[in-house]
Amino acid sequence: MSILVGDQTRLIVQGITGGEGSFHTEQMVKYGTQVVAGVTPGKGGQKDANGVPIYNTVAEAKAAGEANAAVIFVPSSFAADAITEAIAAQLEVVVCITEGIPTFDMVRVNALLNGSSTRLVGPNCPGIITPGQCKVGIMPGFIHKPGKVGVISRSGTLTYEAVYQLTELGIGQSTCIGIGGDPIIGSTFLDLLKLFAEDKDTDGVVLIGEIGGSAEEEAAAWIQETGFSKPVVAFVAGRTAPPGRRMGHAGAIISGGQGTAQSKIEALQAAGIHVCDSPAKIGETVKRALA
Amino acid sequence: MKVHEYQAKEIFSEFGVPVPEGYAVFSVDEAEEAAKKIGGRVAVKAQIHAGGRGKGGGVKLVDNPNEVRKVAGEMLGMQLITHQTGPEGKEVQRLLVEKATPIARELYAGIVLDRTTGRYVVMVSTEGGVEIEKVAAETPELIIKEWIEPGFGLLPYQARKLAYALQLEGDQVKQGIKCLRALWRAFEANDCSLIEINPMVVTETGEVLALDAKINFDDNALARQPDLSGLRDLSEEDPQEVEASKYDLNYIKLDGNVGCMVNGAGLAMATMDIIKLHGGEPANFLDVGGVASSDTVANGFRILINDANVKGVLINIFGGIVRCDRIAQGIIEALQEMKVSVPVVVRMEGTNAEEARKLLQESSLEFIVAGTLEEAAQRAVSAAGGGQA
Repeated sequence: MSILVGDQTRLIVQGITGGEGSFHTEQMVKYGTQVVAGVTPGKGGQKDANGVPIYNTVAEAKAAGEANAAVIFVPSSFAADAITEAIAAQLEVVVCITEGIPTFDMVRVNALLNGSSTRLVGPNCPGIITPGQCKVGIMPGFIHKPGKVGVISRSGTLTYEAVYQLTELGIGQSTCIGIGGDPIIGSTFLDLLKLFAEDKDTDGVVLIGEIGGSAEEEAAAWIQETGFSKPVVAFVAGRTAPPGRRMGHAGAIISGGQGTAQSKIEALQAAGIHVCDSPAKIGETVKRALA
Repeated sequence: MKVHEYQAKEIFSEFGVPVPEGYAVFSVDEAEEAAKKIGGRVAVKAQIHAGGRGKGGGVKLVDNPNEVRKVAGEMLGMQLITHQTGPEGKEVQRLLVEKATPIARELYAGIVLDRTTGRYVVMVSTEGGVEIEKVAAETPELIIKEWIEPGFGLLPYQARKLAYALQLEGDQVKQGIKCLRALWRAFEANDCSLIEINPMVVTETGEVLALDAKINFDDNALARQPDLSGLRDLSEEDPQEVEASKYDLNYIKLDGNVGCMVNGAGLAMATMDIIKLHGGEPANFLDVGGVASSDTVANGFRILINDANVKGVLINIFGGIVRCDRIAQGIIEALQEMKVSVPVVVRMEGTNAEEARKLLQESSLEFIVAGTLEEAAQRAVSAAGGGQA
C-alpha cells in the first residue's frame, strides 16, 4: 500500500506543453508513472514527446485516459482555474506544483474543495511520490527508496534532504508528500496523518514544518487526542527567522507573535513527538524512534 | 507589499471608508500650505512603514500653521525609532498633515486571512488605539469576528452584527456598517492581505472615521494589480533586498556574520537554524530557488558578500533535478570574476554531488568542501570567527 498515489494512479498533466510541464512529464514517465493524458487548451489532438495524447479539457482527458489523478504545471495566473477544472472533473487526487497563486484565488478554490470528491495537494509544492511505484511531481526520484516511513513536509529541498538522510541509513519511505509553502493549501499535516494512520504499510511518520500558521499545532493536538500509535519525528524550520518577514514561502511568516517555531516545537513535544534540533539529524532520529 | 498610511487612506476614500481631510507632504512649505488649507488644529504624522509612530515622536498635534513649519522641520529627516523599526530607526521622508478631530471613542477594525478556516475574517474591537496583538492575547473575547463566505462578501447582517458589537449608537450604526462594507470592498478589489484601522474613531460630533490606516497587499497578486506598483516606496526597503528581488531571489538581511546561500526556502531556513545551533549567527536568508542555476548562484553570491558583516559564507545546495556539478561550475565561474576575501564553505548533496566536490577541490579557488550539513555548519561558523559580528 501507500497513500494517495501508487501503481493504480493514472495521471493527467495539466500544462503538459509548457517548459516545466514537458520536462517533468518526461521525468515522471521515466520513473514509471502512468501518464495517460495531458491538457493544454488549443493543443488537443496532438501528442507530447513521450507519446502522451493531449486534450483541450480535463474532462476529455479524464474520459479518454480513464484517469484518476492530475498534476498541474499551469502558470500562477491560471492555476486556480486549472485546479477548479480538475475538481469539476472529479479527479480523486490533484497535485498543484505552481508557486505564486494569489491568495484570493485559493480562498475560492478552498471553498469548492469542501464537499467535493477531490483531494488537493499543494499548491507551491514538490508533489507526491510513492517510491518504486509512482512519482507525481518534481522531486528527484533516485533519492527515494521503497519502505515504511511516511514523510509530510511544507518544503521542497528540505524534504529531499530528509529523505536522502533516511535512504542513506537504509530506511525506505511509503509515501512522501510535499504539502506546499502557501498560507492556503489543499491538504494539511492533519489530513495526511489521518491517511497514514490507516495505512498498514506505514510504520512511522516524519513531519517537516516551518514557521507560520498553526498546522503543526493542530497536528500535534490531534496526535495527542487520538493517541496516534505510530512514532512521529518532526523538524520545524525557522527558529532563527525574524518576525514579520516572509521567508521565501508565502506562508512562512510569523505575524502578531503567532506561528513561531518555538510554539510549534512545544506543541509537538507535548504530544510526545520526537523533535529534532538539527536538520542534519532527521534520519538518525527516525532510526532511533523506529528501533 | 506595504504602503504608507496616506496611500492606504487614498484607497479608503476611493471605496467610501471615511477618513479625515489630509495631504501627503514632502517639505516644510508643503506642510504649511496643507495646514492652511485644512484650517484649525492638525495632526502631523510621519510616514514610515512601521507601527508605534506616536510613541516614537512621529505624530504631533499642532494648533497653527507656523507651528506646523517647526514640527514638520523637526520630523522630516529624523530617524524615527519604534518597536517595529529596529534600533536604527527609519528616516522620515514624507508626512501626512491631517485635520485633527476631538475623539470620543477609539475602536479597532481589521481584515486578515484566517489560515485555519481558509477564509478571510473581519474583526472589530471596542479596544482600539492599543496593540491589537495584546488584546488578542489577554482578552480575546473583546475581539468580535465574522468570516467571509467566498463569493458573498461581507453581508449586511454581518456588518450589522459587527457595528453593534462596537457599541455604536443611533446614526453611528449606519456609518459603521457602511464603513465596514466599504472596507471589505477595498480589501477584495485590491487583493489585500491585511487591512487595519487602529484606531477607528467616533468623534465628539458622532462621526465614524478611520484615523489610522494600514494595508498590505498580496505579493502573489501584484501582477494583476498594475496600479499598485506605483505605491511601492523603495526607500523603505533594504537596498540589498531590492537588488535581490530584481533577480527573483529571496533575500532577507539579518544581523549575523555567516552569509548563507541555499536552494529552497525550507532548506534555507533550516541552514540558518543549524548555523545558530553551532554557535554562529546567520547574516541573511537567501533562497536562490529550488532549481538553482549558475546565474542565480552568481547573482546571489554578489548580494551576499556586499554585506560587510559577512565573515564567512556557507553555500548549501541539494541537487535534485538540477545537477550539482553544473552548480559547482557556476560557483567557480562566478567567484573567479569576483574578489572574494572571506572563506567559502560549500556543501552539495544529491545528483552528481561527488563530481561537484571534485570540481570545487580541483579549482584554483580555496573552497572549504564539507561532506555533511553538520560539518558544513561547523566549518562555516568557525571560518567566520565563531559567529561574533
